[in-house]
Amino acid sequence: MAEETKAPTAHAGSSGSESRPERSGSDRSERSGPRGPRPAGGPGGPREGGRKYFRRKKVCKFCVEKIEAVNYKDVRLLAQFVAESGKITPRRLTGVCMPHQRRLSRAIKQARNIALLPFAGRAQ
Amino acid sequence: MNRNYELMFIVRPDMVDEDLNKLISTLESSVTSAGGTTKTEVWGKRRLAYRVGRFNDGIFVLMLIDGVGAVVHELERRLRVTEPVIKFLTVRTDEELKRLDKIKKIRDSKKKASAAPAATAAPVAATPEAGTETSASAPV
Repeated sequence: MAEETKAPTAHAGSSGSESRPERSGSDRSERSGPRGPRPAGGPGGPREGGRKYFRRKKVCKFCVEKIEAVNYKDVRLLAQFVAESGKITPRRLTGVCMPHQRRLSRAIKQARNIALLPFAGRAQ
Repeated sequence: MNRNYELMFIVRPDMVDEDLNKLISTLESSVTSAGGTTKTEVWGKRRLAYRVGRFNDGIFVLMLIDGVGAVVHELERRLRVTEPVIKFLTVRTDEELKRLDKIKKIRDSKKKASAAPAATAAPVAATPEAGTETSASAPV
């Protein structure tokens, strides 16, 4: 066992000039690894060197519950995707898929026009 | 070419039922005279999400129209002229309905496909469970 553990180190020592640049390259990739996903907010698994946290993957509510008709009349449903300020909540926060977000935003805008949802601020 | 539309309009909250019914019947008659069909739902008094003019609430009315585009044009003109109407919105729904029909059909066919092997497997598995099987297939 001792010989086996020694052998690689000895090998690395002999070809040190070759292995060192490789190591530094791998170090760089490790550093850029945790940096990369952070702004994207992707599912950051427990990774060596990065922050250890687990984020549950968001799923589209409409796909899961099989709600196909996104209608401007359904205020209860739409209100879930409107921030308190009256803004449409971005997809990256709610996890709604793109096809449904398109329908959703259209429905919210229609609901605003007919005074079912507020343009700004809370509904009175 | 007939299309489906949804026309929602809001009238002022202090409008009397009698006047509202009269307004709705005139609108409906203008649609039917142009060869369309309508269905009207009165939602009743509702709070508005924001102030419109000096009103904080209004009576919401929803009309489902099946007709040509000119019908909607005429209705909108009438609503604009009618004083107690404070807001209206027309949405074309035929393509959406078509899409929903399509999805429903696909889902139904999938359900049948999943139900068919279950039905063939059930007699082989157990005959006394026939009662439960029929009850399960009833909602499909």
